[in-house]
Amino acid sequence: MKKSYFGEFGGQFVPELLMPPLIELEEAYEQIVGSTEFKEEFNNILKDYVGRPTPLTFCKNLSKELGFNLWLKREDLAHTGAHKINNTIGQALLTKYMGKKNLVAETGAGQHGVATATAAALLGLKCIVFMGAKDVKRQAPNVKRMELLGAEVRPVYSSTQTLKDAINEALRYWISHQKDTHYCLGSVVGPHPFPSLVRDFQAVIGKEVKQEFLKKNNKLPDHIIACVGGGSNAMGIFYEFIKHKEVKLTGVEAAGTGTPNCYHSATLNKGSLGILHGTKTYLLQTNEGQILPSHSVAPGLDYPGVGPEHAYLKDTKRAEYKSVNDDQALYAFRLLSEKEGIIPALESSHALAWALSLKNKVPSDYNVVVNLSGRGDKDLNIVFGNIE
Amino acid sequence: MSVNSLEALFIQKRQLGKKCLIPFLPGGYPDKKKFWELLFSMDRCGADIIEIGVPFSDPVADGPVVEKASNICLENNISLSWILDELKSNRDKLNSEIVLMGYCNPFFKYGWEKLAKDAKKAGVSGIIVADLPLEESMDIRTLLTEHHISLIYLIGLNTSLHRMEKYAKVAQGFVYFVSVLGTTGARDNLPKELQDKLIEAKKIFPKPLAIGFGIKSPSQTKEIEQWVDGIVFGSSLIEHIDRYKEVETFFNNWK
Ligand SMILES: Cc1ncc(COP(=O)(O)O)c(C=O)c1O
Repeated sequence: MKKSYFGEFGGQFVPELLMPPLIELEEAYEQIVGSTEFKEEFNNILKDYVGRPTPLTFCKNLSKELGFNLWLKREDLAHTGAHKINNTIGQALLTKYMGKKNLVAETGAGQHGVATATAAALLGLKCIVFMGAKDVKRQAPNVKRMELLGAEVRPVYSSTQTLKDAINEALRYWISHQKDTHYCLGSVVGPHPFPSLVRDFQAVIGKEVKQEFLKKNNKLPDHIIACVGGGSNAMGIFYEFIKHKEVKLTGVEAAGTGTPNCYHSATLNKGSLGILHGTKTYLLQTNEGQILPSHSVAPGLDYPGVGPEHAYLKDTKRAEYKSVNDDQALYAFRLLSEKEGIIPALESSHALAWALSLKNKVPSDYNVVVNLSGRGDKDLNIVFGNIE
Repeated sequence: MSVNSLEALFIQKRQLGKKCLIPFLPGGYPDKKKFWELLFSMDRCGADIIEIGVPFSDPVADGPVVEKASNICLENNISLSWILDELKSNRDKLNSEIVLMGYCNPFFKYGWEKLAKDAKKAGVSGIIVADLPLEESMDIRTLLTEHHISLIYLIGLNTSLHRMEKYAKVAQGFVYFVSVLGTTGARDNLPKELQDKLIEAKKIFPKPLAIGFGIKSPSQTKEIEQWVDGIVFGSSLIEHIDRYKEVETFFNNWK
């Protein structure tokens, strides 16, 4: 297996002009990210600035109702309110070590954009964020946050004016500014080394879960559930457990409205093999290989591709991938708010909704950990638009 | 391997002291009927190689002009099959060499093997894939070679000597030198480093060199002329077509 691949998935399908910065990044990944100096600095920022380790919360009320033990990995309590910050701190720090001064990023919902702008502010880097013009409108508060943090937000008007177009534009920008700019990609997608690099920065989630769960229960959890957009929070929590075959891993995709033929984001469940944004993976596409628009009530899941390592975990059956629709996610969103006093991100609500479906299907001593990838304050407009 | 038709054409042009003129037009642009009229017209007006663009929804190597044109083609339901089918029936009427240019995914979905066969039948002599660098290309190159189709590689201002040497070992047909560190789209000025880099490339590649991306007018290419064997124009041609609905006056400029 080539190191840029996970089985038949992955690779570096980019214009030749992007190969030099990718090779430079590969070298930095291999030489810097593993070094003691980098690790120490990274871990210190995670601890003192991001607020790690994040708690592992036992859901007392819901567990009683569900008839099994439900735990939440609280990425919503990380600085900026989602797991995205783990990756942006890592990449921004790497950018400094590489001697580059600027970051460019894409964002859909604005969460990764905010996290990138935050890391840039902390580490003294300049930051440009491309965002689909539609998302700029839908996610106006996050645009303001990014601007407040000193980033420049550039709306993208091409094609569907959403996340995939923002990635196209960030890649184009990177082609012409590669000398002094690093592309801070927001999920485990894109060309090698991004899927591995982002996974490694997010792997702290699973490591903490394992340590804390062992400490509390003297054993490993039975089942881990995470939502999958590009797949970074899921890879982050899965990675440590892949070698523990007895731990079941479930990724949950967005089925959209759930009506027949609706647009959705359930790439692993319903997509087919193809090549987008530099990587070979499952995609939502036509028979002619044109990328289809995606949809989810959760803006962060709204992407027509998925990380190549998830494609590999699916095909090798190490993880299973399910989907839940908008209504199921909205139900879980309200339930967790009411029963546990935690407002989850709509993305994370998808993972939670799948966990709820295990009621009456698992024994009472069954331990389920849901990755609560973010908090839901950002989603109130969407939810009240839908619920009322 | 025997000299293929693309290489033979470059040799022939060189003997006449001329550059290959290589227009790029997305398949089915601006509509299905007009596309063929423009193609025949370019063929008459002195195009040596015509690059037919295979439209893709997410063209990361392209600037706004080509991206917009591709989107119009997609709205008109242009597909790779349509391009190949039409080409098969019209190929006899064209003197130019035909090359396809596109992105991996539509080719991959079609199937590389089927593409190689059908492209051969349609009289295509080469394929340019904007997002297929050396590392990912070897199996595909082998497949295309079996059907006598050249895989035409792109290199650029940031391609190191070392990478150029690797490309030189596998290059077929001609080498496409991207003249700007950026996406397609006409520029007023070409970068200063271009000349030195072309001289370097010329030493390394035994195959003909064509430059493209950013080319707008013959005055731009004067200074670098002696190191290139062909000139590709896309965005500037599309803009001309959008404005004047014809190609004759555009080509007159270049003769
Ligand atoms: C809270 C939250 N969870 C999940 C995601 C989905 O991304 P990924 O699948 O890479 O974790 C996002 C993306 O914006 C997000 O904001």
